[in-house]
Amino acid sequence: MAGWRDDAIQVPRGPEPGGLGAVYRTFGETLRGLRTTFGRIVEGPHVIQYPEEKTPVYPRFRGRHKLHRFEDTGLEKCVGCSLCAAACPAKCIRVVAAENTPENQVSAGERYAAVYEINLTRCIFCGYCEVACPFDAITMGNDYELSDYSRSDLIFTKEMLLADPPEHTPLRLEGE
Amino acid sequence: MIEVESTLVLIAKAIVIFLVVLTVIPILTLVERKLMGRFHSRYGPNRVGPKGLLQPLADALKLLSKEQSAPETAVPWMMALAPAIAIASGTATLAIIPWGPFDAWGGDFGLYGIDVPIAILYFLAFGSLSFYAFLLGGWSSGSKYSFLGSMRSAAQLISYEVSLGLSLIGVVMTAGSLSLVDIVESQSNIWYVVPQFAGFCIFMVAAFAESARAPFDLPEADSELVAGYNTEFGGMRFGSFLFAEYIEMIAIAAIATACFLGGWRGPGPEALAPLWTALKIGGFLFLFIWVRFTLPRLRYDQLMSFGWKLLLPLATLNLLVTAIVLVVT
Repeated sequence: MAGWRDDAIQVPRGPEPGGLGAVYRTFGETLRGLRTTFGRIVEGPHVIQYPEEKTPVYPRFRGRHKLHRFEDTGLEKCVGCSLCAAACPAKCIRVVAAENTPENQVSAGERYAAVYEINLTRCIFCGYCEVACPFDAITMGNDYELSDYSRSDLIFTKEMLLADPPEHTPLRLEGE
Repeated sequence: MIEVESTLVLIAKAIVIFLVVLTVIPILTLVERKLMGRFHSRYGPNRVGPKGLLQPLADALKLLSKEQSAPETAVPWMMALAPAIAIASGTATLAIIPWGPFDAWGGDFGLYGIDVPIAILYFLAFGSLSFYAFLLGGWSSGSKYSFLGSMRSAAQLISYEVSLGLSLIGVVMTAGSLSLVDIVESQSNIWYVVPQFAGFCIFMVAAFAESARAPFDLPEADSELVAGYNTEFGGMRFGSFLFAEYIEMIAIAAIATACFLGGWRGPGPEALAPLWTALKIGGFLFLFIWVRFTLPRLRYDQLMSFGWKLLLPLATLNLLVTAIVLVVT
């Protein structure tokens, strides 16, 4: 049993409450608190005036999704395989595929997404859809200003996801 | 010595005091909110008007346009009366604040509302009257929680009124007069904050409690006790209580200035007296706001035991020592 107390740690205790010492300590601590708060005035505000000023996000930031086209041909990258919908843990993606025809060539593959909807009220921005996509057709963008007046306005259609956002979210470099 | 002034001068001074207070309070609310922002490392209100300067106007508009709701069990006329008492008793105190000596600006008038020979008593009396605003306000609301809140407030105010009075008696004994003008006049050699330092500290603590400011803002502990006596008040009646609290704050700061910081005394010609008074009062108001954002609110039993078991004995001791020193010298 020798040395069973060796693991014991001395826990520092505060001074006994009450008495003149307590009055003195309270007074001192009050003054220290006043100095701390006054320091905040001297320091000045640490505020980003949000709608006017924005903090740039990192490129890896997962904001609102984007669908992509091939830059040379202009065809949609999405082939309507629904892998993103299968990967989605929130079940917020709905894909209805249709066959490409020579007259109506929408995507580069055999099929294309006739309907591609993301319900952003349900989306948890996990980025699994981006990982699941074999053609890099869907990626997570950087836009986070997604508030709207009604829930139905937050169901983004294919056209909305393909379009360039009206305002670009400021970006910063990785490690900046 | 009490100088005699004509009735016309008194009326004119009353109007000036009212106008100044009505202008200063909204500015003070803005300053408090701006400073609150700075203490929290943020800007505070800065959206309404340039730099947020019109914020008090927006607040007043909001309060005025709100509904005056009341529970069915309320006593309507008394509920209307309570905020009026709060404002009246607060404003009455402002009459005795000395801003300058009798002939500072020439002419036959003093820079104070009225120089009563019982000024300290007058201040304590009107301070006590403001209990009725709290008590009536809480009781006439017809809500048991408001009633409990008003009891809490009244108990606090009565407890600290004792220490407040006792800490001022030291000054009164040293000056040999109850008139605030005489008290300021007698501080020509040394401000009473030096010989009466203990009294000053006790007065300041009691003043925080008396004006219901943090850390003693239990009458309206907004974050945990949900106000209390003013819970059922809405619109401008609630605004009046708020207004009265700020008036009380100014009054107490002014009394502290006159009794401990030499009132209007400062370098420069005597015509600058109101400026010095205003500066000192402003310093106290800053201290009030500063402390509000530093110290956490006391628990109710802590408040009571602090008031009766520490502050009151200290105030009595200070009184005794002052009396002994005065007799010996």
